[in-house]
Amino acid sequence: MDGKTKYGFTLPALILIGIIVLFPIIYNLFMSMNSWFVASGKGPEWIGLKNYINLLDNPRFWNSLKVTFIFSLGTLTVEVVLGTMLALFLNREFKGKSIVKLIFLFPIAATPVAVSLIWGMMFNYDLGIINIIMQNLGMEPLLWLASPKIVIPALIITDTWQWTPLILLIVLASLESLPTDPFESAKVDGANIFQVIYHITLPLVRPAIVVAAMIRSIDAIKTFDMIYVMTQGGPDVASENLNLYIFQTGFSYFRMGAASSLAIVLFTLVLVINILLSVIRKTGAK
Amino acid sequence: MIKKIKTFAFYLSVVLLCIVPVSVFLWMFMTGLKSQADNLSIPPKIFFSPTLNNFKDVFGQGNFTKYLLNSSIVASLSVLVALLFGLPSSYAIAKYRMHKIGLVLLIARMVPFISYLIPWFIVFRSLHLIDTYVALVTTHLIITLPFVIWIMVNFFEGIPASLEEAARVDGCTIFQAFIRILLPSVRNGILTAGILSFIFSWNQFLFSLILSGSSTMTVPVAVFQFISYDEINWGGLAAAASVITIPPLIMTVFIQKYMIKGLTTGAVKG
Repeated sequence: MDGKTKYGFTLPALILIGIIVLFPIIYNLFMSMNSWFVASGKGPEWIGLKNYINLLDNPRFWNSLKVTFIFSLGTLTVEVVLGTMLALFLNREFKGKSIVKLIFLFPIAATPVAVSLIWGMMFNYDLGIINIIMQNLGMEPLLWLASPKIVIPALIITDTWQWTPLILLIVLASLESLPTDPFESAKVDGANIFQVIYHITLPLVRPAIVVAAMIRSIDAIKTFDMIYVMTQGGPDVASENLNLYIFQTGFSYFRMGAASSLAIVLFTLVLVINILLSVIRKTGAK
Repeated sequence: MIKKIKTFAFYLSVVLLCIVPVSVFLWMFMTGLKSQADNLSIPPKIFFSPTLNNFKDVFGQGNFTKYLLNSSIVASLSVLVALLFGLPSSYAIAKYRMHKIGLVLLIARMVPFISYLIPWFIVFRSLHLIDTYVALVTTHLIITLPFVIWIMVNFFEGIPASLEEAARVDGCTIFQAFIRILLPSVRNGILTAGILSFIFSWNQFLFSLILSGSSTMTVPVAVFQFISYDEINWGGLAAAASVITIPPLIMTVFIQKYMIKGLTTGAVKG
């Protein structure tokens, strides 16, 4: 293959990516420095950094940032810890292992809108199965999605159900590919199971755990479908994360400039978190 | 004896563990198969006489079949175009180790969908292309095209360079070698990339919520619309949710061996 085919093979895709991916990013950046109320009928008006400055004393922005932070940190912590523990537990040969793995692929593939709809029903105060089970166990029923205090935990539970399997399966795949010698020599040295896990297994699968955390963090920070379907950000703005707030600003209030500046903030957030995680990954590799 | 008890305890916990994902799907199907009266009864009935009425209603009532068709068309087109553009480029990227392109694609993945949606909404609105397949397929390509490239770069890197050289020695042009020799050798990759991007497009909600309308509405948006004015009809909602969830679940079975690898390659490369 010569230079001509090298570019002949790549250029069509690169041009298409340029149009569908790069154009909107640049347009987004440009629009974030404009004020544009679409319904007014007038065009965009250049205002420099004013959209960004306005964010500083916008309480709804800070609230959405807080929701994004709590939700992402909550889901990421629970999913990584739980997923790793379950992967360690399942890391052995047993009958039906491939079926178990298949079962854990199902939540990952399921349509988020459908999953959210079903969990929304299960969290229903009067008829939801969760409150019914809790009452049978002698507990008080909870308001779940209707309570400003418990709505985020309820969303974290739903997210955990759908995405812990991803972490579990990534870590399990990594565990299965590990060489067996370090474990055997550790056994000979008389190490107990917890020492083996802590000193040998975890350092070896650490890169896989960080990769899993990176993938989940990108999506957790940007979560939209689940929250929009289950609560639309409510009650009031108790579960309105940054992505939902951008959506409302752009498509309910039609303030495209302000929405664009918020989108840039969200992108920066995802980027910074991922740079941090990849630094962790690289220092771990040494 | 102790070993037997240990093994039994292990299998028991594995079964209990599997109940967690399974029960939610089971509850969804059961709710869809229950009559309205059964769905409102407390305590909930585990044994009930199943009825297909909810599913009949979903398909009979209005345009659900049309929305299913819309979802299939949009997902198929965005997968086909992504493969058409993505396969040759991912081969060249793998062969010439153009990893910078991979990095660009990783960053593209971190950009929130809403950053793509706002500009495309403005463009499609002024071109009067809202509620057309063009608008939906274009935006779904933002997801499917980079994804196909990531996966396929990984698969192409796994085949030896001698394969292309041998084909060229036999007198194939580079294009013939690509179609006849190279593509068949990565068919598992194409299957994985194709099915996973189909699932992503099928599940996509945000782009379709804004860019589709009555004639191109996809099923996730249609189901979401049901919630707004039919909050109490759990049977109908669960039946609709079941219908949209079943295709991705079936597809998963076919790519179960490669799915996790497929979902992680992009991030590993970056």
